[in-house]
Amino acid sequence: MPNATLERTASAGHAPATYMPHAQGQAADRRMKEKAPADAPAKMGVRGLDLYYKDFQALKGINLEFPKNQVTALIGPSGCGKSTLLKSLNRMNDLVEGCRVEGEITLDGEDAYRSIDVNSLRRRVGMVFQQPNPFPMSVYDNVAFGPRTHGIKNRADLDEIVEQSLRDAAIWDEMKDRLKKNALGFSGGQQQRLCIARALAVRPEVLLMDEATSALDPISTAKIEDLVGELKSKYTVIMVTHNMLQALRVSDKTAFFLLGEMVEAGATDDIFTAPVDPRTADYVAGRFG
Amino acid sequence: MSQLHIKEGIARALFVAAAGISILAVALICVFLFANGVPAIAEIGLPEFLFGTTWRPANDIYGIFPMIVGSIYVTAGAIVVGVPTGLLCAIFLSRFASGKVAAFLKPGVELLAGIPSVVYGFFGLVIIVPFIRDTMPGRGLSLLAAAVLLGIMILPTIITVAQSALDAVPKKYYEGALALGADHERSVFRVVVPAAVSGIMAGIVLGVGRAIGETMAVIMVAGNQPIIPESIFAGVRTMTANIVLEMGYAADLHRGALVATGVVLFVFILLITMLFNVIKKRGELK
Repeated sequence: MPNATLERTASAGHAPATYMPHAQGQAADRRMKEKAPADAPAKMGVRGLDLYYKDFQALKGINLEFPKNQVTALIGPSGCGKSTLLKSLNRMNDLVEGCRVEGEITLDGEDAYRSIDVNSLRRRVGMVFQQPNPFPMSVYDNVAFGPRTHGIKNRADLDEIVEQSLRDAAIWDEMKDRLKKNALGFSGGQQQRLCIARALAVRPEVLLMDEATSALDPISTAKIEDLVGELKSKYTVIMVTHNMLQALRVSDKTAFFLLGEMVEAGATDDIFTAPVDPRTADYVAGRFG
Repeated sequence: MSQLHIKEGIARALFVAAAGISILAVALICVFLFANGVPAIAEIGLPEFLFGTTWRPANDIYGIFPMIVGSIYVTAGAIVVGVPTGLLCAIFLSRFASGKVAAFLKPGVELLAGIPSVVYGFFGLVIIVPFIRDTMPGRGLSLLAAAVLLGIMILPTIITVAQSALDAVPKKYYEGALALGADHERSVFRVVVPAAVSGIMAGIVLGVGRAIGETMAVIMVAGNQPIIPESIFAGVRTMTANIVLEMGYAADLHRGALVATGVVLFVFILLITMLFNVIKKRGELK
Protein backbone atom coordinates (compact mmCIF):
# COMPACT_ATOMS: atom_id res chain seq x y z
CA MET A 1 0.00 0.00 0.00
CA PRO A 2 1.63 3.24 -1.10
CA ASN A 3 -0.59 5.37 1.07
CA ALA A 4 -2.22 5.29 4.44
CA THR A 5 -5.53 5.01 2.64
CA LEU A 6 -6.63 1.61 1.58
CA GLU A 7 -7.80 1.39 -1.98
CA ARG A 8 -8.92 -2.15 -2.54
CA THR A 9 -9.74 -3.29 -5.98
CA ALA A 10 -13.09 -4.93 -6.03
CA SER A 11 -11.67 -8.12 -7.46
CA ALA A 12 -9.55 -8.59 -4.34
CA GLY A 13 -12.71 -9.11 -2.35
CA HIS A 14 -15.43 -11.47 -3.40
CA ALA A 15 -16.26 -11.13 -7.07
CA PRO A 16 -19.41 -8.99 -7.46
CA ALA A 17 -20.00 -10.70 -10.80
CA THR A 18 -21.32 -13.69 -8.89
CA TYR A 19 -23.65 -11.53 -6.84
CA MET A 20 -27.20 -12.85 -7.00
CA PRO A 21 -29.47 -9.90 -7.59
CA HIS A 22 -32.69 -11.51 -6.45
CA ALA A 23 -31.33 -13.71 -3.72
CA GLN A 24 -31.44 -11.32 -0.81
CA GLY A 25 -34.19 -9.36 0.96
CA GLN A 26 -36.13 -8.07 -2.03
CA ALA A 27 -38.68 -6.19 -0.02
CA ALA A 28 -35.99 -3.96 1.42
CA ASP A 29 -33.99 -3.82 -1.73
CA ARG A 30 -36.18 -1.87 -4.14
CA ARG A 31 -33.61 -1.68 -6.83
CA MET A 32 -32.32 -4.49 -8.93
CA LYS A 33 -28.70 -4.66 -8.00
CA GLU A 34 -26.96 -5.67 -11.13
CA LYS A 35 -23.31 -5.17 -10.62
CA ALA A 36 -21.09 -3.84 -13.33
CA PRO A 37 -17.93 -5.79 -14.04
CA ALA A 38 -15.59 -5.49 -11.13
CA ASP A 39 -12.59 -4.57 -13.21
CA ALA A 40 -14.30 -1.68 -14.98
CA PRO A 41 -11.74 0.86 -16.19
CA ALA A 42 -11.51 4.16 -14.33
CA LYS A 43 -13.49 7.02 -15.88
CA MET A 44 -12.12 9.58 -13.47
CA GLY A 45 -9.21 9.35 -11.12
CA VAL A 46 -7.78 11.37 -8.27
CA ARG A 47 -4.12 11.07 -7.34
CA GLY A 48 -2.35 12.68 -4.41
CA LEU A 49 -5.05 15.33 -4.09
CA ASP A 50 -4.51 17.98 -1.46
CA LEU A 51 -7.10 20.72 -1.25
CA TYR A 52 -6.82 23.84 0.86
CA TYR A 53 -9.33 26.52 1.80
CA LYS A 54 -6.81 29.28 2.56
CA ASP A 55 -4.81 27.72 5.42
CA PHE A 56 -7.21 24.92 6.18
CA GLN A 57 -6.46 21.63 4.49
CA ALA A 58 -9.81 20.09 3.56
CA LEU A 59 -8.50 17.05 1.68
CA LYS A 60 -5.32 15.20 2.45
CA GLY A 61 -3.55 13.01 -0.07
CA ILE A 62 -6.62 11.46 -1.69
CA ASN A 63 -6.13 8.58 -4.14
CA LEU A 64 -9.30 7.22 -5.66
CA GLU A 65 -10.61 5.89 -8.93
CA PHE A 66 -14.15 6.12 -10.23
CA PRO A 67 -14.94 3.08 -12.39
CA LYS A 68 -16.74 3.65 -15.65
CA ASN A 69 -20.48 2.91 -15.73
CA GLN A 70 -20.59 2.31 -12.03
CA VAL A 71 -22.00 4.24 -9.10
CA THR A 72 -19.41 5.36 -6.60
CA ALA A 73 -20.66 6.64 -3.26
CA LEU A 74 -18.67 8.99 -1.05
CA ILE A 75 -19.71 8.66 2.58
CA GLY A 76 -18.59 10.10 5.88
CA PRO A 77 -19.70 12.48 8.62
CA SER A 78 -20.30 16.19 7.96
CA GLY A 79 -17.17 18.15 7.24
CA CYS A 80 -15.17 15.10 6.20
CA GLY A 81 -14.42 16.51 2.76
CA LYS A 82 -16.65 14.31 0.62
CA SER A 83 -18.58 17.21 -0.94
CA THR A 84 -15.33 19.11 -1.39
CA LEU A 85 -13.91 16.20 -3.34
CA LEU A 86 -17.05 15.99 -5.47
CA LYS A 87 -16.93 19.71 -6.28
CA SER A 88 -13.28 19.51 -7.22
CA LEU A 89 -14.15 16.94 -9.90
CA ASN A 90 -15.98 19.55 -12.01
CA ARG A 91 -14.07 22.52 -10.63
CA MET A 92 -17.04 24.08 -8.87
CA ASN A 93 -14.53 24.70 -6.09
CA ASP A 94 -13.06 27.40 -8.32
CA LEU A 95 -15.89 29.62 -7.07
CA VAL A 96 -14.71 29.33 -3.48
CA GLU A 97 -12.29 32.10 -2.66
CA GLY A 98 -8.94 30.90 -1.38
CA CYS A 99 -9.42 27.35 -2.63
CA ARG A 100 -6.21 25.72 -3.82
CA VAL A 101 -5.91 22.29 -5.39
CA GLU A 102 -2.71 20.24 -5.57
CA GLY A 103 -2.34 16.80 -7.05
CA GLU A 104 -3.99 15.36 -10.09
CA ILE A 105 -7.55 14.80 -11.22
CA THR A 106 -8.05 12.99 -14.49
CA LEU A 107 -10.93 12.42 -16.86
CA ASP A 108 -10.25 9.61 -19.32
CA GLY A 109 -6.61 9.97 -18.42
CA GLU A 110 -6.51 13.68 -19.27
CA ASP A 111 -5.62 16.23 -16.64
CA ALA A 112 -8.95 17.83 -15.74
CA TYR A 113 -7.38 21.04 -14.46
CA ARG A 114 -4.68 21.69 -17.03
CA SER A 115 -5.58 19.93 -20.27
CA ILE A 116 -9.35 20.46 -20.36
CA ASP A 117 -11.06 23.84 -20.62
CA VAL A 118 -13.20 24.41 -17.53
CA ASN A 119 -16.45 24.82 -19.46
CA SER A 120 -15.99 21.64 -21.45
CA LEU A 121 -14.99 19.83 -18.26
CA ARG A 122 -18.29 20.91 -16.70
CA ARG A 123 -20.17 19.84 -19.80
CA ARG A 124 -18.58 16.40 -19.62
CA VAL A 125 -18.93 16.13 -15.85
CA GLY A 126 -22.48 17.16 -14.97
CA MET A 127 -23.73 17.97 -11.50
CA VAL A 128 -26.94 17.67 -9.52
CA PHE A 129 -27.03 19.81 -6.40
CA GLN A 130 -28.29 19.16 -2.91
CA GLN A 131 -31.11 21.69 -3.24
CA PRO A 132 -33.12 21.33 -6.44
CA ASN A 133 -32.16 24.43 -8.44
CA PRO A 134 -34.24 24.62 -11.60
CA PHE A 135 -33.98 28.05 -13.21
CA PRO A 136 -37.06 30.25 -12.80
CA MET A 137 -38.19 29.59 -16.37
CA SER A 138 -40.19 26.96 -18.20
CA VAL A 139 -39.47 23.23 -18.01
CA TYR A 140 -38.49 23.25 -21.67
CA ASP A 141 -36.12 26.19 -21.32
CA ASN A 142 -34.53 24.58 -18.28
CA VAL A 143 -33.67 21.40 -20.12
CA ALA A 144 -32.74 23.24 -23.32
CA PHE A 145 -30.42 25.64 -21.53
CA GLY A 146 -27.41 23.34 -21.66
CA PRO A 147 -27.75 22.29 -25.32
CA ARG A 148 -28.37 25.93 -26.31
CA THR A 149 -25.25 26.92 -24.41
CA HIS A 150 -23.28 24.43 -26.47
CA GLY A 151 -24.60 25.77 -29.74
CA ILE A 152 -27.68 23.71 -30.59
CA LYS A 153 -30.24 26.13 -32.05
CA ASN A 154 -32.41 23.95 -34.28
CA ARG A 155 -35.86 23.65 -32.75
CA ALA A 156 -36.41 20.03 -33.83
CA ASP A 157 -33.06 18.96 -32.39
CA LEU A 158 -33.83 20.75 -29.14
CA ASP A 159 -37.29 19.16 -28.97
CA GLU A 160 -35.71 15.76 -29.33
CA ILE A 161 -33.03 16.39 -26.69
CA VAL A 162 -35.59 17.76 -24.24
CA GLU A 163 -37.84 14.75 -24.66
CA GLN A 164 -35.00 12.24 -24.43
CA SER A 165 -33.51 13.92 -21.36
CA LEU A 166 -36.86 14.03 -19.59
CA ARG A 167 -37.43 10.40 -20.46
CA ASP A 168 -33.96 9.47 -19.17
CA ALA A 169 -34.76 11.25 -15.93
CA ALA A 170 -38.06 9.31 -15.73
CA ILE A 171 -40.14 12.47 -15.62
CA TRP A 172 -41.38 12.79 -19.22
CA ASP A 173 -44.83 11.45 -18.44
CA GLU A 174 -45.31 13.99 -15.65
CA MET A 175 -43.95 16.93 -17.62
CA LYS A 176 -44.85 16.35 -21.25
CA ASP A 177 -48.07 18.36 -21.08
CA ARG A 178 -46.51 21.06 -18.94
CA LEU A 179 -43.34 21.90 -20.80
CA LYS A 180 -44.30 25.59 -20.93
CA LYS A 181 -45.02 25.77 -17.18
CA ASN A 182 -42.60 27.50 -14.84
CA ALA A 183 -40.33 24.88 -13.32
CA LEU A 184 -40.66 26.39 -9.85
CA GLY A 185 -44.31 25.31 -9.73
CA PHE A 186 -43.40 21.64 -9.36
CA SER A 187 -42.73 19.63 -6.20
CA GLY A 188 -39.23 19.28 -4.81
CA GLY A 189 -38.89 15.73 -6.09
CA GLN A 190 -40.05 16.69 -9.57
CA GLN A 191 -37.73 19.69 -9.56
CA GLN A 192 -34.79 17.48 -8.66
CA ARG A 193 -35.54 15.01 -11.43
CA LEU A 194 -35.92 17.98 -13.78
CA CYS A 195 -32.45 19.06 -12.69
CA ILE A 196 -31.17 15.59 -13.49
CA ALA A 197 -32.80 15.86 -16.93
CA ARG A 198 -31.19 19.28 -17.36
CA ALA A 199 -27.81 17.81 -16.49
CA LEU A 200 -28.32 14.87 -18.87
CA ALA A 201 -29.31 17.18 -21.73
CA VAL A 202 -25.70 18.18 -22.36
CA ARG A 203 -24.81 14.47 -22.75
CA PRO A 204 -22.30 14.35 -19.92
CA GLU A 205 -20.02 11.38 -19.35
CA VAL A 206 -19.97 11.63 -15.58
CA LEU A 207 -22.82 12.69 -13.30
CA LEU A 208 -22.00 14.11 -9.87
CA MET A 209 -24.77 14.04 -7.30
CA ASP A 210 -24.21 16.08 -4.15
CA GLU A 211 -26.64 14.66 -1.58
CA ALA A 212 -29.23 14.99 -4.29
CA THR A 213 -31.99 13.38 -2.24
CA SER A 214 -31.36 14.91 1.17
CA ALA A 215 -34.00 17.63 0.67
CA LEU A 216 -36.63 15.21 -0.63
CA ASP A 217 -39.35 13.01 0.78
CA PRO A 218 -38.92 9.19 0.88
CA ILE A 219 -41.00 8.52 -2.25
CA SER A 220 -39.08 11.05 -4.35
CA THR A 221 -35.86 9.67 -2.91
CA ALA A 222 -36.80 6.15 -3.98
CA LYS A 223 -37.59 7.38 -7.49
CA ILE A 224 -34.22 9.06 -7.80
CA GLU A 225 -32.40 6.02 -6.41
CA ASP A 226 -34.13 3.85 -9.01
CA LEU A 227 -33.16 6.35 -11.63
CA VAL A 228 -29.49 6.30 -10.62
CA GLY A 229 -29.53 2.53 -11.01
CA GLU A 230 -30.69 2.97 -14.59
CA LEU A 231 -28.42 5.88 -15.41
CA LYS A 232 -25.23 3.99 -14.78
CA SER A 233 -25.64 2.03 -17.99
CA LYS A 234 -24.92 5.27 -19.85
CA TYR A 235 -23.08 7.38 -17.32
CA THR A 236 -20.51 7.13 -14.60
CA VAL A 237 -22.19 8.29 -11.42
CA ILE A 238 -20.43 9.69 -8.37
CA MET A 239 -22.64 10.54 -5.43
CA VAL A 240 -22.16 12.07 -2.03
CA THR A 241 -24.63 10.81 0.52
CA HIS A 242 -25.27 11.13 4.22
CA ASN A 243 -27.50 8.15 4.07
CA MET A 244 -25.52 4.95 4.44
CA LEU A 245 -28.43 2.77 3.44
CA GLN A 246 -28.64 4.75 0.23
CA ALA A 247 -24.97 4.07 -0.49
CA LEU A 248 -25.61 0.40 0.18
CA ARG A 249 -28.70 0.32 -2.05
CA VAL A 250 -27.38 2.28 -4.97
CA SER A 251 -23.62 2.14 -5.24
CA ASP A 252 -21.12 -0.35 -6.57
CA LYS A 253 -18.13 1.24 -4.96
CA THR A 254 -17.93 3.18 -1.71
CA ALA A 255 -15.26 5.46 -0.30
CA PHE A 256 -15.32 6.43 3.36
CA PHE A 257 -13.94 9.82 4.40
CA LEU A 258 -13.02 11.16 7.79
CA LEU A 259 -11.54 14.58 8.62
CA GLY A 260 -10.26 15.19 5.12
CA GLU A 261 -8.70 11.77 4.69
CA MET A 262 -10.00 8.84 2.74
CA VAL A 263 -10.02 6.01 5.24
CA GLU A 264 -11.04 3.20 2.96
CA ALA A 265 -12.49 2.52 -0.48
CA GLY A 266 -13.68 -0.61 -2.15
CA ALA A 267 -16.65 -2.56 -3.39
CA THR A 268 -19.73 -1.37 -1.53
CA ASP A 269 -20.56 -4.79 -0.17
CA ASP A 270 -17.06 -5.16 1.25
CA ILE A 271 -17.13 -1.75 2.87
CA PHE A 272 -20.41 -2.53 4.59
CA THR A 273 -19.84 -6.17 5.47
CA ALA A 274 -16.11 -6.53 5.89
CA PRO A 275 -14.42 -3.16 6.37
CA VAL A 276 -10.68 -3.28 6.97
CA ASP A 277 -10.31 -0.14 9.05
CA PRO A 278 -12.00 -0.12 12.48
CA ARG A 279 -13.13 3.50 11.89
CA THR A 280 -15.05 2.41 8.81
CA ALA A 281 -16.56 -0.43 10.78
CA ASP A 282 -17.68 1.98 13.51
CA TYR A 283 -19.15 4.42 11.01
CA VAL A 284 -21.11 1.94 8.89
CA ALA A 285 -22.34 0.32 12.08
CA GLY A 286 -23.75 3.72 13.04
CA ARG A 287 -21.54 4.18 16.09
CA PHE A 288 -20.71 7.76 15.12
CA GLY A 289 -21.52 10.29 12.45
CA MET B 1 -48.20 47.11 35.41
CA SER B 2 -50.32 50.18 34.79
CA GLN B 3 -47.20 52.27 34.29
CA LEU B 4 -46.21 49.91 31.51
CA HIS B 5 -49.65 50.33 30.01
CA ILE B 6 -49.33 54.11 30.01
CA LYS B 7 -45.90 53.88 28.41
CA GLU B 8 -47.22 51.57 25.73
CA GLY B 9 -50.17 53.85 25.16
CA ILE B 10 -47.95 56.90 24.68
CA ALA B 11 -45.63 55.01 22.32
CA ARG B 12 -48.58 53.80 20.34
CA ALA B 13 -50.04 57.28 20.06
CA LEU B 14 -46.69 58.59 18.82
CA PHE B 15 -46.46 55.94 16.12
CA VAL B 16 -50.03 56.54 15.02
CA ALA B 17 -49.41 60.28 14.87
CA ALA B 18 -46.23 59.79 12.81
CA ALA B 19 -47.98 57.47 10.39
CA GLY B 20 -50.99 59.80 10.31
CA ILE B 21 -48.94 62.82 9.26
CA SER B 22 -47.77 61.22 6.01
CA ILE B 23 -51.24 59.96 5.19
CA LEU B 24 -52.67 63.36 6.05
CA ALA B 25 -50.15 65.05 3.76
CA VAL B 26 -51.18 62.86 0.82
CA ALA B 27 -54.86 63.43 1.58
CA LEU B 28 -54.44 67.21 1.84
CA ILE B 29 -52.51 67.35 -1.43
CA CYS B 30 -55.27 65.37 -3.10
CA VAL B 31 -57.97 67.64 -1.70
CA PHE B 32 -56.09 70.80 -2.66
CA LEU B 33 -55.30 69.58 -6.18
CA PHE B 34 -58.77 68.37 -6.99
CA ALA B 35 -60.60 71.24 -5.26
CA ASN B 36 -58.62 73.81 -7.25
CA GLY B 37 -58.08 71.86 -10.44
CA VAL B 38 -61.40 70.22 -11.13
CA PRO B 39 -63.48 73.46 -11.33
CA ALA B 40 -60.95 74.86 -13.80
CA ILE B 41 -61.19 71.71 -15.92
CA ALA B 42 -64.97 71.95 -15.76
CA GLU B 43 -64.87 75.55 -16.93
CA ILE B 44 -62.44 74.84 -19.79
CA GLY B 45 -64.08 71.53 -20.68
CA LEU B 46 -62.25 68.20 -20.19
CA PRO B 47 -61.68 67.38 -23.90
CA GLU B 48 -60.55 70.91 -24.70
CA PHE B 49 -58.22 70.89 -21.70
CA LEU B 50 -56.63 67.47 -22.30
CA PHE B 51 -56.56 67.44 -26.10
CA GLY B 52 -56.40 71.12 -26.99
CA THR B 53 -53.14 71.83 -28.77
CA THR B 54 -53.04 75.55 -28.05
CA TRP B 55 -51.87 77.01 -24.77
CA ARG B 56 -52.46 80.79 -24.81
CA PRO B 57 -53.37 82.05 -21.34
CA ALA B 58 -53.63 85.64 -22.61
CA ASN B 59 -56.61 84.55 -24.73
CA ASP B 60 -57.95 82.15 -22.11
CA ILE B 61 -57.11 79.11 -24.28
CA TYR B 62 -55.83 76.30 -22.16
CA GLY B 63 -54.98 73.11 -24.06
CA ILE B 64 -52.28 71.08 -22.32
CA PHE B 65 -51.90 68.39 -24.98
CA PRO B 66 -48.44 69.68 -26.05
CA MET B 67 -47.27 69.45 -22.44
CA ILE B 68 -48.66 65.93 -21.98
CA VAL B 69 -46.91 64.86 -25.17
CA GLY B 70 -43.80 66.73 -24.05
CA SER B 71 -43.69 64.91 -20.72
CA ILE B 72 -44.18 61.58 -22.45
CA TYR B 73 -41.51 62.28 -25.09
CA VAL B 74 -38.97 63.48 -22.57
CA THR B 75 -39.62 60.51 -20.30
CA ALA B 76 -39.43 58.05 -23.18
CA GLY B 77 -36.15 59.63 -24.26
CA ALA B 78 -34.83 59.32 -20.72
CA ILE B 79 -35.76 55.62 -20.78
CA VAL B 80 -33.91 55.11 -24.05
CA VAL B 81 -30.81 56.77 -22.63
CA GLY B 82 -30.99 55.69 -19.01
CA VAL B 83 -32.35 52.15 -18.96
CA PRO B 84 -29.71 50.32 -21.02
CA THR B 85 -26.92 52.28 -19.36
CA GLY B 86 -28.28 51.78 -15.87
CA LEU B 87 -29.06 48.14 -16.38
CA LEU B 88 -25.64 47.29 -17.77
CA CYS B 89 -24.03 49.26 -14.98
CA ALA B 90 -26.06 47.35 -12.38
CA ILE B 91 -25.10 44.02 -13.96
CA PHE B 92 -21.48 45.09 -14.00
CA LEU B 93 -21.55 46.17 -10.35
CA SER B 94 -23.36 43.03 -9.25
CA ARG B 95 -21.59 40.34 -11.25
CA PHE B 96 -18.47 41.59 -12.98
CA ALA B 97 -16.75 44.30 -10.95
CA SER B 98 -13.97 43.23 -8.62
CA GLY B 99 -14.23 44.28 -5.00
CA LYS B 100 -11.98 47.29 -5.51
CA VAL B 101 -13.78 48.60 -8.59
CA ALA B 102 -17.18 48.15 -6.93
CA ALA B 103 -15.94 49.91 -3.80
CA PHE B 104 -15.05 52.88 -5.98
CA LEU B 105 -18.09 52.83 -8.29
CA LYS B 106 -20.82 52.29 -5.76
CA PRO B 107 -20.25 55.53 -3.80
CA GLY B 108 -19.99 57.27 -7.16
CA VAL B 109 -23.45 56.10 -8.12
CA GLU B 110 -24.78 57.11 -4.70
CA LEU B 111 -23.25 60.54 -5.13
CA LEU B 112 -25.02 60.85 -8.48
CA ALA B 113 -28.30 60.39 -6.60
CA GLY B 114 -27.45 63.17 -4.18
CA ILE B 115 -26.64 65.92 -6.69
CA PRO B 116 -29.35 68.62 -6.63
CA SER B 117 -31.36 68.80 -9.82
CA VAL B 118 -30.46 72.44 -10.42
CA VAL B 119 -26.82 71.35 -10.62
CA TYR B 120 -27.79 68.75 -13.19
CA GLY B 121 -29.63 71.47 -15.07
CA PHE B 122 -26.57 73.69 -15.01
CA PHE B 123 -24.42 70.81 -16.26
CA GLY B 124 -26.92 70.29 -19.08
CA LEU B 125 -26.93 73.97 -19.93
CA VAL B 126 -23.16 74.37 -20.17
CA ILE B 127 -22.19 70.94 -21.55
CA ILE B 128 -25.05 69.11 -23.27
CA VAL B 129 -26.90 72.07 -24.84
CA PRO B 130 -23.78 73.66 -26.44
CA PHE B 131 -22.69 70.25 -27.68
CA ILE B 132 -26.03 69.67 -29.40
CA ARG B 133 -26.09 73.23 -30.76
CA ASP B 134 -22.64 72.77 -32.29
CA THR B 135 -23.08 69.29 -33.75
CA MET B 136 -26.76 69.04 -34.63
CA PRO B 137 -29.55 71.19 -36.04
CA GLY B 138 -31.56 73.48 -33.79
CA ARG B 139 -30.59 75.78 -30.93
CA GLY B 140 -29.53 73.06 -28.53
CA LEU B 141 -32.31 73.71 -26.04
CA SER B 142 -34.24 70.64 -27.06
CA LEU B 143 -36.09 67.44 -26.39
CA LEU B 144 -32.82 65.61 -26.96
CA ALA B 145 -30.98 67.62 -24.33
CA ALA B 146 -33.74 67.03 -21.79
CA ALA B 147 -33.86 63.32 -22.57
CA VAL B 148 -30.10 62.86 -22.20
CA LEU B 149 -30.00 64.83 -19.00
CA LEU B 150 -32.98 63.01 -17.49
CA GLY B 151 -31.47 59.70 -18.64
CA ILE B 152 -28.42 60.52 -16.53
CA MET B 153 -30.56 61.65 -13.61
CA ILE B 154 -32.54 58.40 -13.41
CA LEU B 155 -29.37 56.27 -13.51
CA PRO B 156 -28.87 56.04 -9.75
CA THR B 157 -32.48 54.92 -9.19
CA ILE B 158 -32.27 52.21 -11.83
CA ILE B 159 -28.78 51.10 -10.85
CA THR B 160 -29.51 50.84 -7.14
CA VAL B 161 -32.82 49.00 -7.46
CA ALA B 162 -31.66 46.70 -10.27
CA GLN B 163 -28.43 45.92 -8.48
CA SER B 164 -30.17 44.89 -5.29
CA ALA B 165 -32.51 42.70 -7.37
CA LEU B 166 -29.51 41.08 -9.06
CA ASP B 167 -27.68 40.62 -5.76
CA ALA B 168 -30.76 38.89 -4.36
CA VAL B 169 -30.80 36.19 -7.05
CA PRO B 170 -29.94 32.94 -5.26
CA LYS B 171 -26.43 31.66 -5.90
CA LYS B 172 -27.82 28.27 -6.85
CA TYR B 173 -29.09 29.55 -10.22
CA TYR B 174 -25.69 30.88 -11.18
CA GLU B 175 -23.96 27.70 -10.01
CA GLY B 176 -26.50 25.56 -11.82
CA ALA B 177 -25.72 27.33 -15.08
CA LEU B 178 -21.97 27.05 -14.59
CA ALA B 179 -22.31 23.34 -13.82
CA LEU B 180 -23.86 22.88 -17.26
CA GLY B 181 -20.75 24.27 -18.86
CA ALA B 182 -22.01 27.82 -19.43
CA ASP B 183 -19.42 30.54 -19.03
CA HIS B 184 -19.76 33.48 -16.66
CA GLU B 185 -21.32 35.86 -19.22
CA ARG B 186 -23.93 33.40 -20.36
CA SER B 187 -24.80 32.37 -16.82
CA VAL B 188 -25.28 36.01 -15.86
CA PHE B 189 -27.21 37.19 -18.91
CA ARG B 190 -29.35 34.12 -19.51
CA VAL B 191 -30.07 32.97 -15.97
CA VAL B 192 -29.29 35.59 -13.32
CA VAL B 193 -30.69 38.63 -15.18
CA PRO B 194 -33.97 36.91 -16.18
CA ALA B 195 -34.35 35.73 -12.58
CA ALA B 196 -34.12 39.35 -11.42
CA VAL B 197 -36.41 40.76 -14.09
CA SER B 198 -39.24 41.86 -11.81
CA GLY B 199 -36.86 43.78 -9.56
CA ILE B 200 -35.22 45.33 -12.60
CA MET B 201 -38.63 46.38 -13.94
CA ALA B 202 -39.43 47.92 -10.57
CA GLY B 203 -36.25 49.98 -10.82
CA ILE B 204 -37.17 51.14 -14.30
CA VAL B 205 -40.66 52.16 -13.23
CA LEU B 206 -39.27 54.11 -10.28
CA GLY B 207 -36.86 55.81 -12.66
CA VAL B 208 -39.74 56.71 -14.97
CA GLY B 209 -41.60 58.17 -12.00
CA ARG B 210 -38.59 60.32 -11.21
CA ALA B 211 -38.21 61.39 -14.85
CA ILE B 212 -41.81 62.47 -15.31
CA GLY B 213 -41.80 64.49 -12.10
CA GLU B 214 -38.44 66.20 -12.64
CA THR B 215 -38.78 69.94 -13.14
CA MET B 216 -35.82 72.20 -12.58
CA ALA B 217 -33.23 70.44 -14.73
CA VAL B 218 -35.71 70.04 -17.57
CA ILE B 219 -36.69 73.71 -17.57
CA MET B 220 -33.06 74.70 -17.92
CA VAL B 221 -32.38 72.67 -21.08
CA ALA B 222 -35.69 71.94 -22.81
CA GLY B 223 -36.52 75.29 -24.45
CA ASN B 224 -40.06 75.21 -23.02
CA GLN B 225 -42.10 76.15 -26.09
CA PRO B 226 -45.69 75.03 -25.45
CA ILE B 227 -46.01 73.29 -28.80
CA ILE B 228 -45.73 69.68 -29.84
CA PRO B 229 -42.09 69.19 -30.89
CA GLU B 230 -41.54 68.29 -34.53
CA SER B 231 -38.17 66.65 -34.00
CA ILE B 232 -35.88 65.67 -31.16
CA PHE B 233 -33.94 68.87 -31.82
CA ALA B 234 -36.99 71.07 -31.21
CA GLY B 235 -37.82 72.65 -27.87
CA VAL B 236 -40.39 71.02 -25.64
CA ARG B 237 -42.36 71.92 -22.54
CA THR B 238 -43.30 69.35 -19.92
CA MET B 239 -46.26 69.52 -17.55
CA THR B 240 -43.98 70.23 -14.60
CA ALA B 241 -42.24 73.03 -16.49
CA ASN B 242 -45.60 74.50 -17.47
CA ILE B 243 -46.62 74.84 -13.83
CA VAL B 244 -43.36 76.31 -12.58
CA LEU B 245 -42.89 78.77 -15.42
CA GLU B 246 -46.28 80.44 -15.11
CA MET B 247 -47.40 79.92 -11.52
CA GLY B 248 -45.62 83.08 -10.35
CA TYR B 249 -47.92 85.46 -12.21
CA ALA B 250 -51.01 83.36 -12.95
CA ALA B 251 -54.42 84.31 -11.59
CA ASP B 252 -58.03 83.14 -11.84
CA LEU B 253 -58.68 80.55 -14.57
CA HIS B 254 -55.03 80.58 -15.66
CA ARG B 255 -54.04 79.60 -12.13
CA GLY B 256 -56.77 76.96 -12.06
CA ALA B 257 -55.53 75.53 -15.36
CA LEU B 258 -52.01 75.20 -13.93
CA VAL B 259 -53.32 73.38 -10.86
CA ALA B 260 -55.31 71.18 -13.21
CA THR B 261 -52.06 70.38 -15.02
CA GLY B 262 -50.87 69.20 -11.63
CA VAL B 263 -53.96 66.97 -11.39
CA VAL B 264 -53.05 65.31 -14.70
CA LEU B 265 -49.46 64.87 -13.53
CA PHE B 266 -50.76 63.40 -10.29
CA VAL B 267 -52.84 60.85 -12.22
CA PHE B 268 -49.77 59.90 -14.26
CA ILE B 269 -47.70 59.33 -11.11
CA LEU B 270 -50.59 57.37 -9.58
CA LEU B 271 -50.66 55.04 -12.61
CA ILE B 272 -46.89 54.55 -12.44
CA THR B 273 -47.05 53.75 -8.73
CA MET B 274 -49.82 51.25 -9.36
CA LEU B 275 -47.78 49.66 -12.14
CA PHE B 276 -44.83 49.47 -9.74
CA ASN B 277 -46.95 47.69 -7.13
CA VAL B 278 -48.32 45.23 -9.67
CA ILE B 279 -44.81 44.36 -10.84
CA LYS B 280 -43.61 43.99 -7.27
CA LYS B 281 -46.47 41.69 -6.40
CA ARG B 282 -45.94 39.57 -9.48
CA GLY B 283 -42.29 39.23 -8.50
CA GLU B 284 -43.24 38.05 -5.01
CA LEU B 285 -45.66 35.47 -6.38
CA LYS B 286 -42.82 33.84 -8.29
